[in-house]
Amino acid sequence: MEAAHDHNHDHHEPTGIMRYVTTTNHKDIGSMYLWFSFMMFLVGGVMALVIRAELFQPGLQVVEPEFFNQMTTLHGLIMVFGAIMPAFVGFANWQIPMMIGAPDMAFPRMNNWSFWLLPPAGILLMGSLLAPGGAGGVGWTMYAPLTIQQGMGMDMMIFAIHILGMSSIMGSINIITTILNMRAPGMTMMKMPLFVWTWLITAYLLVASMPVLAGAVTMTLTDRHFGTHFFNAAGGGDPVLYQHIFWFFGHPEVYIIAIPAFGVISEVIPTFSRKPLFGYASMVYATGSIAILSFLVWAHHMYTVGMPVEAQLYYMFATMLIAIPTGVKVFNWVATMWKGSMSFETPMLFAQGFLFLFTIGGFTGIVLAVTPIDIQLHDTYYVVAHFHYVMVAGALFAAFAGVYYWLPKWIGKMYDERLGKIHFWLSLTFFNVTFFVQHFLGLAGMPRRIPDYALQFADWNMVSSIGAFGFGLSQVFFLYVLLKAIRSGEKAPEMPWEGATTLEWTHLPTPAPYHSFETPPDLRS
Amino acid sequence: MKVSFGVRVLSMLSALTPGLAFAEWNLNFTPASTLLGAEIQAVHDLVMWIIVVISIVVFGAMFWSILKHRKSVGHKAANFHENTTIEIIWTVIPIVILVAMAFPATRLLLATRDSSASDITIKATGYQWRWGYEYLDEGVKFYSTLATPRSQIDGVTEKTSTYLLEVDNPVVVPVGKKIRILTTANDVIHSWAVPGLAVKQDAIPGFIRDIAFKAETVGTYRGQCSELCGKEHGFMPIVVEVVSEEDYQSWIQAKLTVAGAPSFDPNKSYSVTELVAAGEQVYNANCVACHQAGGVGMPPTFPAIKGGKIATGSIQGHLDIILNGSAKNPMMAAWGPILSDMDLAAVIAYQRNGINSTGDFLQPADIAAARSE
Ligand code: HEC
Ligand code: HEM
Ligand SMILES: [Cu+2]
Ligand SMILES: [Cu+2]
Repeated sequence: MEAAHDHNHDHHEPTGIMRYVTTTNHKDIGSMYLWFSFMMFLVGGVMALVIRAELFQPGLQVVEPEFFNQMTTLHGLIMVFGAIMPAFVGFANWQIPMMIGAPDMAFPRMNNWSFWLLPPAGILLMGSLLAPGGAGGVGWTMYAPLTIQQGMGMDMMIFAIHILGMSSIMGSINIITTILNMRAPGMTMMKMPLFVWTWLITAYLLVASMPVLAGAVTMTLTDRHFGTHFFNAAGGGDPVLYQHIFWFFGHPEVYIIAIPAFGVISEVIPTFSRKPLFGYASMVYATGSIAILSFLVWAHHMYTVGMPVEAQLYYMFATMLIAIPTGVKVFNWVATMWKGSMSFETPMLFAQGFLFLFTIGGFTGIVLAVTPIDIQLHDTYYVVAHFHYVMVAGALFAAFAGVYYWLPKWIGKMYDERLGKIHFWLSLTFFNVTFFVQHFLGLAGMPRRIPDYALQFADWNMVSSIGAFGFGLSQVFFLYVLLKAIRSGEKAPEMPWEGATTLEWTHLPTPAPYHSFETPPDLRS
Repeated sequence: MKVSFGVRVLSMLSALTPGLAFAEWNLNFTPASTLLGAEIQAVHDLVMWIIVVISIVVFGAMFWSILKHRKSVGHKAANFHENTTIEIIWTVIPIVILVAMAFPATRLLLATRDSSASDITIKATGYQWRWGYEYLDEGVKFYSTLATPRSQIDGVTEKTSTYLLEVDNPVVVPVGKKIRILTTANDVIHSWAVPGLAVKQDAIPGFIRDIAFKAETVGTYRGQCSELCGKEHGFMPIVVEVVSEEDYQSWIQAKLTVAGAPSFDPNKSYSVTELVAAGEQVYNANCVACHQAGGVGMPPTFPAIKGGKIATGSIQGHLDIILNGSAKNPMMAAWGPILSDMDLAAVIAYQRNGINSTGDFLQPADIAAARSE
């Protein structure tokens, strides 16, 4: 540890852009992850707005159907792999060493490499639009055999996924090693902040599931170019096999997105309730059970492929089972708030928004778990509404909560509280305008991934599109709030949040020094 | 298909008001015409009521503490943070609720998956982008394609109330009979879905799956393909007309007569103008989605017919790719089984003499000869 420290001493460091290209510092890398994900979020957001502009009213007005399909596909892939996942890896980089009393991540050079794999992947994804025939118009689920019919853009997307997968696996190995080996003396596993726990569990999920996705897209690649017939019935393959493999990755992926968000929320709610997290141990066990169950329910995304009814029954029961630990988490958060002394600064507002809307997403999840109901709602806008409640109001709101919560520690300056609150209320309102009405569209039977629709869907689509543009503009406003804080924010007090108890607040100055803990704090007492 | 951007923006603005004339602020399921559909909706209502009760408890506690346990009203924080009994209680209660939900759900699922003892079996095949139907016992076979004209989609003409939900040949079934639909596909995965009949079943190339329904009321039920199947995925609707037994029988008879007597004379020699005129119709109904109006195509995915190597090359090669499909690219399907001899002769004439000007063309009899080779 001493040697690593000497090696990194400030006056050896290059400056300017080279500082970031060569950096092995967890804070620099964390910042790069966060900025990268924010940029991708804006790109994916613009694509969402292209979709919503076309759906503003019936008829084809803005784009052609094939380009529309490319937009849904890239929007989904970019939001999932480019925006949400890297955002939480950014949080992991910044926070895990500080929260466990470590100087840096376990493998700083690999950390640099994990990040720098992302820009090429992002360029491949976006560049696929320029390939002959454009990007793949296959949906982020990339079902065979539609993928066989695509142009070169599809191959670029497959390579992008390979690269993103490598990056995630390296990042995960780093996180697991750091958490298991670099905790300060006295920080036992069951004393780790919940954010650290959730990332430990997520990292295992990533290591276990990303190779499966890599396998699925590689088989697609060889089916496309090397004459294999994994997913081609005429050659003895099976298109449904692809779906099984994809969702064996895909369902854990949903929790890869959600679990770190749970972690952030589990830090923010106790701080602003000025009361310790209720049921710490039960939270850890609930998260662990969600992670294990997430590998056992994948085919609930495939109820309409025509599985044997026994299989459908199994997946229905297993899916209902997941509701139980998820419920336990919600109850524990509410119990943490109960009889606390709450204040509602921006991070807490976003945490409350998360709690309310994520729970609604959980409820629609229970509706969808019931197989005969899901068969009616599958591939309709109901599902689009459901997953945006868990991914936008869930993961994205948690990320906002985290940014506002830790920003003072990161940059030593405060954001403008009034503007932060405006950002919250705008996001909350427009989010619901956009996505709540999509439940109605789904119930009425509007299929997803269509560029044009029947007239009975017209009114709610118009409402949803208006909401989407409002939501998009609110996020541009967020950028303004951030830049204002960075450029001219007030100096942050040593301890901006009265109720914070984790190491980065109690044992480190604000802003946090470039090297977190040069000597680990001793927590044995 | 290509309409200038300006026209689109204008049509978008002008359509703002009349476009909404048919709008209904729907909040719930389409009313189901089958008993199973009604039951599914009943179970959905039950689940929703359970959810309402749970939300009152959870959100009630949440908002109560937000209101009462805040620092600004002077509430001091308690310090409890663990209670095993309470953790057990709120694990067990959801288990009980879910088990209670699982019973009706299981019963319902078993009922919806029962496709035995059906009265009529229809095979539905998904094609890019139309449905093909085959009444297995009656021997009726036809294709069902979107009937909405392009001009409505582009906003040039007024949209009608069945916009995008209308086809040239609907499926017709008798009321009160159990209909079994076998689904499969020719190219990629499609999904045969009709909300009013509470059915949705993926159509998977190379495999046959099934689903059954029994409509209780006469009427027209409209649905759409529900699995992304390429660019015209939003434009391959499904229309099922549920009619009385007598109407069904006479419909079958009519279909069989049409199938027996072609609407063209197989031995007649048509003039090139007749063929090109007929071919333009065939082209616009079947080929325009990929090869585009005027045959300009969308290179590199869909080749141009105008000046195309094959479409201006030997007429035998031209016939071959249309009759048997492309060996290199499954997107160019075999149209032999789909189109009649007349349609094939006509579309070839249109592509060679309407879009291009090669001067040569084939007669329906030539197609029949090529088929029997
Ligand atoms: C699903 C999209 C699609 C539809 C619909 C379609 N085609 Fe094609 N067509 C293609 C593709 C792709 C090719 C290129 C095949 C290849 O590369 O071998 C092609 C090639 C052709 C060619 C050869 C072009 C040349 O000169 O190189 C002809 C002729 C043709 N199609 C005729 C038709 C006719 C007639 C119809 C309608 C009855 C039709 N196609 C409908 C996709 C389509
Ligand atoms: C500005 C906010 C957003 C808007 C307006 C928006 C809108 C949309 C729309 C209109 C679709 C197409 C639905 C369909 O046709 O099937 C879609 C799909 C999707 N969105 Fe978003 N979205 C937003 C943010 C996000 C975020 C933050 C995520 C992050 C995880 C996300 C993940 C997805 C995914 C995975 C799909 C499915 C793509 C597919 O069908 O293949 N979205 N979104
Ligand atoms: Cu899942
Ligand atoms: Cu489709």
